[in-house]
Amino acid sequence: MITVYVPRDSSALGLGAERVANAIQLEAARRGTAIKLVRNGSRGLYWLEPLVEVVTPGGRVAYGPVRPGDVAGLFEAGFLEGKAHPLYQGLTEEIPYLKNQERLTFARVGITDPVCLEDYLAHGGYRGLRNALAMEPAAIVEEVTASGLRGRGGAAFPTGIKWKTVLNAPAGQKYVVCNADEGDSGTFSDRMIMEGDPFVLIEGMTIAGLAVGATRGYIYLRIEYPHAGVALNQAIEAALQAGYLGDDILGSGKRFQLEVRLGAGAYVCGEETALLESLEGKRGMVRFKPPLPAIEGLFGQPTVINNVISLASVPIILDKGGKYYADYGMGRSRGTLPLQLAGNVKRPGLIEKAFGMTLRELLYDYGGGSASGRPIRAVQVGGPLGSYMPESQFDTPLDYESFSAIWAVLGHGGVVVFDDTVDMAKMARYAMEFCALESCGKCTPCRIGSTRGVEVIDRIIDDRDRAKNLALLRDLGDTMLAGSLCALGGMTPYPVLSALNHFPEDFGEKSVAQVA
Amino acid sequence: MTQTEWDRDAVTEVIEQKKSMPGALLPILHGIQDRIGFIPEDAVPQIAKALNLSRAEVHGVISFYHYFRTTAPGKHTIRLCRAESCQAMNAESLETHVKARLGIDYHETTADGAFSLEPVYCLGNCACSPSMMIDHEVYGHVSPQSFDAIIDELKEVAA
Repeated sequence: MITVYVPRDSSALGLGAERVANAIQLEAARRGTAIKLVRNGSRGLYWLEPLVEVVTPGGRVAYGPVRPGDVAGLFEAGFLEGKAHPLYQGLTEEIPYLKNQERLTFARVGITDPVCLEDYLAHGGYRGLRNALAMEPAAIVEEVTASGLRGRGGAAFPTGIKWKTVLNAPAGQKYVVCNADEGDSGTFSDRMIMEGDPFVLIEGMTIAGLAVGATRGYIYLRIEYPHAGVALNQAIEAALQAGYLGDDILGSGKRFQLEVRLGAGAYVCGEETALLESLEGKRGMVRFKPPLPAIEGLFGQPTVINNVISLASVPIILDKGGKYYADYGMGRSRGTLPLQLAGNVKRPGLIEKAFGMTLRELLYDYGGGSASGRPIRAVQVGGPLGSYMPESQFDTPLDYESFSAIWAVLGHGGVVVFDDTVDMAKMARYAMEFCALESCGKCTPCRIGSTRGVEVIDRIIDDRDRAKNLALLRDLGDTMLAGSLCALGGMTPYPVLSALNHFPEDFGEKSVAQVA
Repeated sequence: MTQTEWDRDAVTEVIEQKKSMPGALLPILHGIQDRIGFIPEDAVPQIAKALNLSRAEVHGVISFYHYFRTTAPGKHTIRLCRAESCQAMNAESLETHVKARLGIDYHETTADGAFSLEPVYCLGNCACSPSMMIDHEVYGHVSPQSFDAIIDELKEVAA
């Protein structure tokens, strides 16, 4: 029987994958052809979604983007034998966009049936956990430290050090919390993992539990990701049934319970202490640090809190060793970063590469330039709190230190592309507006500063006392940077001031070229 | 203000089912909103009592989170993405069209009760901008034309 893959990824569904899957079933039945239809995750080649794959003796062959109306023609052309058709993309693995990647964390995404445990096991799943079960907790932590893995949520704090602090904290109950509140615009790697390979996150969290002595885990999932919630809960149930979770993990006597909790549309809950407050059933108000969550986290207990990608990178580290992972990357940025290319770009998608590729390679070799065909003018890297970067900075290598050297951030790896129609004063205003909307209100620079920031930018745009207000905007930026409690207020100046610094002409100032 | 009628049994059932969870308030609020579409303000005392919280604390949590609402929504809730990636793909002109087509602004419901409109800041569908979500379904590459077609289809199903 021929196997056909149609993604269940929510972006693919948003482009009609469900109707395509139904049309394929109907057409196969009409022709009396038996097929096995598997709903996989997305390969991350989003300009080709819905991407339909057929298993042939030579490998998986891709067709895309497939609309329901294309299905009869695909059958007619012989797509079940991998034959030519205008939507034919060749062998999936040979598509350069995919072939040139280094997929470690995303090794299975798009390949397997996300909620089928047997499929996960057949593709190397749970080997990391088996190794971890035979190790002392300190040795697990040591392996993660050796990998050089740093927090992929954006803060880039070394994961191994965080785990060691929790391991050494004495407590009756410890927790592992997964931050799945992926709220940055231009990011979707957490969603793709949770929808496309939820077991890898579950395995990573289970290993974290063994490493630090935590028996309970929570995945704090944003409400905007309903399909991820379904996939996670199906996978948790399957893992529980098969003894990979629960009171006696694979007969080891070790315990780990896992539960999905839903957020409620507050961006600030992506900040780890606000997230913990929210999990406790409170307003998502940022906490003062110290104490660190590793010492006093959820319900006052020592807590490992990591982003989805950090935790989903742990299984391969425990499977192949910390050194294997650390052999990828550059400088102090070890391993791979799943980059997410979005906005006005011809070939948007998920690109997992070792640190060190330049932004230009990402934008043009992978992205193919803008979707509109106009010149790319600005790129925002690292979400709504990341700097806007002009063309002159496109040769910056994608690693944490190179970015911080030019007052930019890699963050969670989101890259949003804008063409030359963008008004950067408007984007700066939006950054302040977003901060005002999402501020938890605990600290003054963020709560009041963001509202005043919108007003100041409005005056600049309206050309009222421009020089005075530009000075005021920079001063306000300093106050927010230095005086905010968390990254929301503390980093809003990044998009605002980078827009002003690199695109002064949009604020009624002389352009950088004119000054030079 | 007139009080909206709502299913008290459903609210009681959700509270009883979830009140012993650690950090039960958000799961309870989600449970209530899932069952009856919103969190009635006059359900607050009952929630507060079950969790041994003050009414102010419960109200504070409900009002903190954008997703929770205290009034009945339309039959369908449209969440239109306003974040950067969608802005880079003309979300602003789509927004103008959507508001004109529905005849409402954000946080409002059409007079026939068919649609509520809410802004959202990223649906994780940024590779297929501009995006929106209707109830629990995501839509990508939304244009004024495709928006109208989707709305018409939903109205037909309802009719």
